[in-house]
Amino acid sequence: MELFINLTLFFMLVVTALAILRMRHLFAVVALSGVFSLLCALLFVTLDAVDVAFTEAAVGAGISTVLLLGTMALTARNEKMPRSFSPVPLLVVVATGAVLIYGTLDMASFGSALSPAQTHVAAQYLERTPTDMGIPNVVTAVLSSYRGFDTLGEVVVVFTAAVGVLSLIGGLGRRRYKKEEAQE
Amino acid sequence: MFAVAAIALFIGMILVLIRLYAGPTLYDRVLAGNAFGTYTVLFIGNLGFLMGRPDFLDIALLYALINFVGTIAILKYFRYRAIGDTSPTPRGTPTANGKLKDQGYKS
Repeated sequence: MELFINLTLFFMLVVTALAILRMRHLFAVVALSGVFSLLCALLFVTLDAVDVAFTEAAVGAGISTVLLLGTMALTARNEKMPRSFSPVPLLVVVATGAVLIYGTLDMASFGSALSPAQTHVAAQYLERTPTDMGIPNVVTAVLSSYRGFDTLGEVVVVFTAAVGVLSLIGGLGRRRYKKEEAQE
Repeated sequence: MFAVAAIALFIGMILVLIRLYAGPTLYDRVLAGNAFGTYTVLFIGNLGFLMGRPDFLDIALLYALINFVGTIAILKYFRYRAIGDTSPTPRGTPTANGKLKDQGYKS
C-alpha cells in the first residue's frame, strides 16, 4: 500500500511538473506550482517528516503563491511563446539534476541505523530532551534550545527577506496609486 | 476501508488536476486549487489511520488553515490588484468624484 501511495504521488508530481512546463496562462502556472508543493508535502508526510512537510506547505503553497501573484501583478498575464528552441536551459537543468543524483549515490539508505544523522549527537538529544526540557517533541527541543542561536539566525534571515520583499511590492503599489491620482 | 478511501482521494485529486489544467475560466482554477488543498488535508488525515498512527491529525488542521488563507489571498489579489497595501480605494470600484478619497486621507 505504501508503494502504491508513493507511486501515485510521484506520478501526480511528474504530471504537475509537465503541466507547469506546457501552460502559458501564468495564473494556472502559479496554482499548479502550489499544487506541486502540496504534493511534495504529502510525500514528506509519507516519509514521516511531518515538520519538513509543514514547512514545505507553508512556504511553497502559502508564501510562494502569494509572492508569485504579487509578481504577476507587475508583469503580464500570459507567457510569450519563445521564438526559437534554445538548448542551454535544458542542458543546465539536466546537468544540475545529474549532479544532484550523483550526490545521493553515497548517501545512507532510508532509515539506516548507520547513517551519520543517527550516529552523531541524535542519540544524546533523544536521551536528554525529557530531562533537559521536559517536552515530548524532540525536533522542537533541538530547534529552539540545542540549536537556538542557529534558529535565531534563520529567523533574522527570513525576517529580512520578508521586509525586503514587502518594501519592494508595497512601494510599487503605492507609487502606482499616486500615479493614478495624478492622472485623475 | 482506509485503503479504499485513499484510492478514492487519489481519483479525486487527479480529476481536480485535470480541471486545474483545462479549466477555462479563472474561477475554475481558483476553486480547483482550493479543492486540491482540501484533498491534501483529507489525505493526511487518512494516511494517519492507514498507517495506524493517527498522531498527525492536528497537522491536517494547520494545512486547512494555510489553504483558507491562501485562497483568500488569491481572491483578494484578483479583486484589488494588489496584496499588501490596498488603501485608499480599490481599483475598479467607482469613486464618486475624488472628494471621498481626500476625506479618507485626512481622517
